[in-house]
Amino acid sequence: MLHNSFHFALTVGRTATPEAVQFWILAPLAVIAALGILVVKKAVHSALLMAWVMVTLAIFYIAEDALFLGIVQIVVYTGAVMMLFLFILMLVGVDSSESFVENLKGQRIPSVLAAIGLGGLMVSLLGRATISAPAVGLKDANSSGNVQGLAKLLFTQYVWAFEVVSALLITAALGAMVLAHSQKIRSPFAQRDLSIARFRKDSMAEAAGLPAPGVYARHNAVDVPALLPDGSPAPTSVSQTLRSRGDIITSSGFALESIEEQED
Amino acid sequence: MVYLIALPLFSAGLLLLLGRIADKWGHLLATLVSASTFGIGVAEFFAMHKHTGANRAATQKLFEWISVGNFKVDASLLLDQLSICFVLLITGVGTLIHIYSIAYMDHDKDRRRFFAYLNLFIAAMLLLVLGDSYLNLYVGWEGVGLASYLLIGFWNQNPTYAVAAKKAFIANRVGDVGLSLAIMISFAQFGSVSFEGVKAGAPHASPAALTAIGAMLLLAAAGKSAQFPLQSWLGDAMAGPTPVSALIHAATMVTAGVYLITRSNFIFDASSTARILVVTVGTITLLFGAIVGTAKDDIKKALAASTMSQIGYMILATGLGPVGYAFAIMHLLTHGFFKAGMFLGAGSVMHGMDDEVNMRKYGGLAKFMPITAVTFGLGYLAILGVPPFAGFYSKDKIIETAFNQGGGKGIILGGAALLGAAITAFYMTRVVVLTFAGARRWKDGSHPHESSVLMWGPMVVLAIGSVASGFLLSMGSSLVNWLQPVVNASHATGGEELMKPLVVSILALGVVLLGAGFAITKYRTVPEVAPEKVSIFTKIARKDIYQDVFNDAVLVKPGTTLTAGLVATDHNVIDGAVRLVGWVIAEISDVLRKIQNGYVRTYALTMFAGVLIGAVILWVVTA
Amino acid sequence: MDISNYLYLSVILFVIGALGVLIRRNAIVIFMCIELMLNASNLALVTFSRINGNLDGQVASFFTMVVAACEVVVGLAIIVTIYRSRRSASVDDASLLKN
Repeated sequence: MLHNSFHFALTVGRTATPEAVQFWILAPLAVIAALGILVVKKAVHSALLMAWVMVTLAIFYIAEDALFLGIVQIVVYTGAVMMLFLFILMLVGVDSSESFVENLKGQRIPSVLAAIGLGGLMVSLLGRATISAPAVGLKDANSSGNVQGLAKLLFTQYVWAFEVVSALLITAALGAMVLAHSQKIRSPFAQRDLSIARFRKDSMAEAAGLPAPGVYARHNAVDVPALLPDGSPAPTSVSQTLRSRGDIITSSGFALESIEEQED
Repeated sequence: MVYLIALPLFSAGLLLLLGRIADKWGHLLATLVSASTFGIGVAEFFAMHKHTGANRAATQKLFEWISVGNFKVDASLLLDQLSICFVLLITGVGTLIHIYSIAYMDHDKDRRRFFAYLNLFIAAMLLLVLGDSYLNLYVGWEGVGLASYLLIGFWNQNPTYAVAAKKAFIANRVGDVGLSLAIMISFAQFGSVSFEGVKAGAPHASPAALTAIGAMLLLAAAGKSAQFPLQSWLGDAMAGPTPVSALIHAATMVTAGVYLITRSNFIFDASSTARILVVTVGTITLLFGAIVGTAKDDIKKALAASTMSQIGYMILATGLGPVGYAFAIMHLLTHGFFKAGMFLGAGSVMHGMDDEVNMRKYGGLAKFMPITAVTFGLGYLAILGVPPFAGFYSKDKIIETAFNQGGGKGIILGGAALLGAAITAFYMTRVVVLTFAGARRWKDGSHPHESSVLMWGPMVVLAIGSVASGFLLSMGSSLVNWLQPVVNASHATGGEELMKPLVVSILALGVVLLGAGFAITKYRTVPEVAPEKVSIFTKIARKDIYQDVFNDAVLVKPGTTLTAGLVATDHNVIDGAVRLVGWVIAEISDVLRKIQNGYVRTYALTMFAGVLIGAVILWVVTA
Repeated sequence: MDISNYLYLSVILFVIGALGVLIRRNAIVIFMCIELMLNASNLALVTFSRINGNLDGQVASFFTMVVAACEVVVGLAIIVTIYRSRRSASVDDASLLKN
């Protein structure tokens, strides 16, 4: 017993102080960042906080003699997966923010209670499991190098799981392609079709096409509406996308006070 | 022997299956088949004479019917001295009635179906009397019930007739329950249901079991033979065509009860209680039928009441012990002749009177239907028991045997039988007087006429039977000796002779003359409508002694109430419980449905909570 | 420092991830929370590996990462598909299964 604890002190305690310092600095930051994921409004902020947590974890992996995993964590997770997240975020709208008003009855408080319960349960399990088990350390396992050790296990003992996981990866890639693929159910509208459609409308008002933005206006930016002959702005002159996104300067602000002013 | 049953059964099936194709010749085939069964019966009868005594009985195994463990029932036929009497009666009278029906049913478009049913009846009735076990008998018993039902309701387009058929079927069913119970008890007691097996076991059985079997057999007989208390269906059964009334409801099927009791003589010989029940039922019914008969204006119903009464005599005779069986069978045979003859006569009268059945609208028909009048008259004399007609030999013997029971019992039974004879004389005279004598009371539209030879031919044959059968059967005690091996009459412990046979005969003749004379004087003039102001006794008799009222009040009403209660119970309690379960589940589901709100996060929370609870349980269990 | 501190950190991160899944509505954020849970379990696995002195935990952690990558690929594709048809990444909007 005494020998065991001495051995423990030798192997683990050697790096104990620097590791502990690192842990006590990084772990609270990681927890704060994780909590931040829960409370920030914009998804892109969540993604950044998430990236921080992942980098922190990568550092912990390296500190725990899992060099390969630490590198993979940074390259694959923080690099690839988080970039994927960001791409998708940009696709669905970077700025889309979320209201924090919970609209499901009896969702938030039970969730918090359940989460606390789960935490308590797991902590109590940890207390039960690890109290009398001194850590062995990975010095022996990593004697021929961490990557070599992992490779040896992966391609011998876990080769079957490895193959299965590779099949899973390929399947996932295919699945993503299938999901992302949108089938065209009609030919895209050509200029001719659009022209015919304009003339077939109930009113001939738009038969000649919509006004272009910025015409007769004081600015010629795309978000500035054109002015009609009476000086009032024409909202239809601004792109539908900009209008629906709200990225439009209020048309009325560009209305001329009087026609005479323009004649100057 | 098997052809006796197979031929008519095959013919019935053929006629029913072929349908309208067989319309042209169906009745001829049926009559031919019936006649050939009679031929086979006669041949078997003479073949029996080659042997003597008990050796005359012959059995024929058809196939193994039921074989379960130790319980074996073969479909076997038994032709003995008792069976052959019935075979000859059934096929003989049956054939005559087939011939009669050719003419009688001439105008009916369903004549072929009628003949198919008649053949079905012949087959079932023969199976009834030829079966060698109670179970085989039961098949025939049900078969004749079916045929009777089909034939009573032959004109089922008339709802009253259809109801009458149902009534007969249900009343019979009560009796059938008795028979099936008797079969079950005898199987439980003797491990056998064959006549042979039960007979062998009867002497060792407990009196209680024998009494139970006897009572159940009596119930069966009462159902089939329209005996008290199951008598009410017979009057309504007259809804069927008249040949049916003659064959099934006078000559053959209704006597199946007498056959059953006679066949089961070993049961009744061993249980005096059962025997007392039998004589009680017989006596009540013979008076009951006679009284009802006095008030009937419908000629067929009057004859039906008479049938009931006469079968009461037979049942009484079977209850009088070994000596009585032979007389019961003798009366059965003679009754088969004269009653069938009278029914055919009634049918002939109806045929000539445009299907009028009310005797008050007849009168003076003897002039127009001489042959019918004469044959009917011979049957009348036979039923009255006037010597030397058939009834004299059979009925007087029964009265005599009843008196010979000795003591108070003998006097009561004999007196009742004598009283019955007097009433019989009264109502039969009434029928004859109302129909054939007196002034004409029919409307001018009617043209009474004698029926065709196809109809009066059978009537003449039956009339000859009415005259001669009694003498032939009793000559040198021929029938008594013939049946002796079956009914063990030799063991009869005859009571002391209370009266000499001659005295009984004179007494009987005296009361008959009294009754007949009273009827003749009373019905010198007949009002066309039944008088309203009549004595209380006539009113009761007209109401069939309140048999239907009684049945209605005691059986039908409580039954209906019980059924209504059961329906209500089923609806409210059983269905209610089921509906309650459904309602509770629906309500619970309605609450639980809210959980399924479609929000993924709610589902996730539910799942999360479930996992947490599971983990906590694991934690607690493994702690 | 006790090595089990890593495990406690892992528990905390896992619980935060689970809570995030339950209370956030944006599908992408929910996804990130799932990733957080997976990462927390990875930390636990790596720590177990160190405690037990063999690399099996690290191998399991490696597999977890691969599976997580697969999941992210498919999950994000699903989000894109939903967004394309519903113009929303909120999981509460995809609630047509109710009633």
